[in-house]
Amino acid sequence: MDPIRTLRSRTVVLPVSDIDTDQIIPARFLTTTTREGLGRHLFADWRYGSDGSPRPDFVLNQPAAAGCTVLVAGHNFGCGSSREHAPWALTDFGVRAVVSTQFADIFRSNALKNGLLPVLLEAPTHRWLLEHPGAEVTIDLEHTTLTLPTGEAVRFPLEPFARYCLTHGVDELGFLLDRTAQIEAYESQRNQP
Amino acid sequence: MATPQTLFEKVWRSHEVSAETADTPAVLYIDLHLIHEVTSPQAFTVLRERGLAVRRPERTFATMDHSTPTRTEQVFGGAPIALEDAARQVSALERNCAAFGIELLGLRDARRGIVHIIGPELGLTQPGKTVVCGDSHTSTHGALGALAFGIGTTEVGHVFATQCLLQRKPRTLAINVNGTLQPGVTAKDLILAIIGRVGVGGGTGHVIEYRGETIRALDMDGRMTVCNMSIEAGARAGMIAPDETTFRYLAGRPRAPQGEAWAAALERWRQLPGDPDARFDREVDIDATALEPMMTFGTNPGMVIPIGGTIPQRADDPVLAKSLAYMGFAPGERLQEHPVNVVFVGSCTNGRLSDLRAAASLLRGRKVAAGVHMLIVPGSQQVKREAEAEGLDRIFLDAGADWRESGCSMCLGMNGDLVPKGHYAVSTSNRNFEGRQGIGARTLLASPLTAAACAVRGRVTDPRELL
Repeated sequence: MDPIRTLRSRTVVLPVSDIDTDQIIPARFLTTTTREGLGRHLFADWRYGSDGSPRPDFVLNQPAAAGCTVLVAGHNFGCGSSREHAPWALTDFGVRAVVSTQFADIFRSNALKNGLLPVLLEAPTHRWLLEHPGAEVTIDLEHTTLTLPTGEAVRFPLEPFARYCLTHGVDELGFLLDRTAQIEAYESQRNQP
Repeated sequence: MATPQTLFEKVWRSHEVSAETADTPAVLYIDLHLIHEVTSPQAFTVLRERGLAVRRPERTFATMDHSTPTRTEQVFGGAPIALEDAARQVSALERNCAAFGIELLGLRDARRGIVHIIGPELGLTQPGKTVVCGDSHTSTHGALGALAFGIGTTEVGHVFATQCLLQRKPRTLAINVNGTLQPGVTAKDLILAIIGRVGVGGGTGHVIEYRGETIRALDMDGRMTVCNMSIEAGARAGMIAPDETTFRYLAGRPRAPQGEAWAAALERWRQLPGDPDARFDREVDIDATALEPMMTFGTNPGMVIPIGGTIPQRADDPVLAKSLAYMGFAPGERLQEHPVNVVFVGSCTNGRLSDLRAAASLLRGRKVAAGVHMLIVPGSQQVKREAEAEGLDRIFLDAGADWRESGCSMCLGMNGDLVPKGHYAVSTSNRNFEGRQGIGARTLLASPLTAAACAVRGRVTDPRELL
């Protein structure tokens, strides 16, 4: 995983709350046995018409969305299924951060493991971003701030461990494997099946 | 005196390899790791890339359910699996389990079924255990007093390699349910009402414990239905304290402790219920007596009303408007009497024997209405055998319903069991998301009783009219 310290991008706004992982990537695309190439299925049922052609009215199909890495979505993003295909599809498409006022627990955990940053904001800043699509924002992981085009920087919560892993490109499996001695000790003092 | 602990805290504490600190999450030990064909292949790839083994294959258990066919000829008859990608996933799981020494209940195994049905059914799921699976409905297993939650595929790899997960301790939410469920009102109606009350994101960051006399009075199948849908309220896990109902359910199951080990296990399990003075971060009280059969009208499980009610009207709610446009409903409209095209009984929410019995009780001597496709899919091959031993399959077939082999089937349509575009499907499953049961499919979540009543009338029907 590549380290992330700052992200600078215009935003794409998808002002829908409770976007579930079935919308992010429908179940019929989960028959893959690899994690690559899922970006083409991102938001498939919103993005493509029944003949498979892109819907011009869907925000990710519009020219302004090209190159944007920050997605601003409504409240409670990523609810539903545990499919990690959701962050895989987002990152493969080029999204590096999602901004919302709430993230579903499993999605949040999956996102952090794939270098996709869940930026949790208070309602007023979030509302401002919803109302200003295409705003240029800077996300600073060192200081856990999101800076608006007005220059105002707002903090967002990110636990220290997740921040460390993201900014150093460390994966959690290495951290767990380093604790093998503790795991062995736990197993030997516990006689439960 | 020690601080009083909830059920969740007792299970959590006893599985801490190391406790969380300000800078690092807890290392949590996992007793039982369930895997299936859809969310495991990429985790096996990581093991291969890093040259790692599965640390505790004996704590890992595999089955196939999501993309597997339900047509008998494709399961047992030697006909190829119709979907090529699904066939590839099934054979990848077979190869991976053989290579890493993991027990697999494969496509033709008599014990195969939906992973959340067979864990409890085989006695693998037990009180006080930590149980994970790459599937959000792992919350089901909490009905036995386990701490059980869904994980992503990267975490599946972590458990493979270390038998542990890095976790922040969630907050606790008590849902206290008291009163008596009225005839025709089931565990499914109760959990739909709870989600309607708490909201689809209301349980985020929390583990739910369901408590109170109504919960104690539920059988294990009903408790599993309730815990199953905890995730639809945003909670990764839902738990119910183990009691005599739990112990009676587990006694004699093939993977439950036997003999002296059973007595020792009972002693341990009786210590698990929360201490009387234990505190929760939040509590919600529900009056079960006032509940009616519930049905969803929108595109998430929180958009739910009593079956005789009207769809809400909120002029300033674009999400509701979008949802109703997808569903083809108008604000203020009634669900009752709306025509139905498809009825699905099954899934990890309502695919157990008592669910099939409930559906059969309304179908006995009746016919599925003309033009309605009713699909009944048992949650496991064992459920299928038990249902057939009671003659439920005859009732279903005589009524004109379709009776299949077990699997997730039309809950998410990965195996090709799909609801056609624009059709209304009354479904006993757990999610009414846009496109969940097929592109453009319109899902109405309800109980097996309600689903059967709708199948008979061909319209949205209060099951109490047919009881």
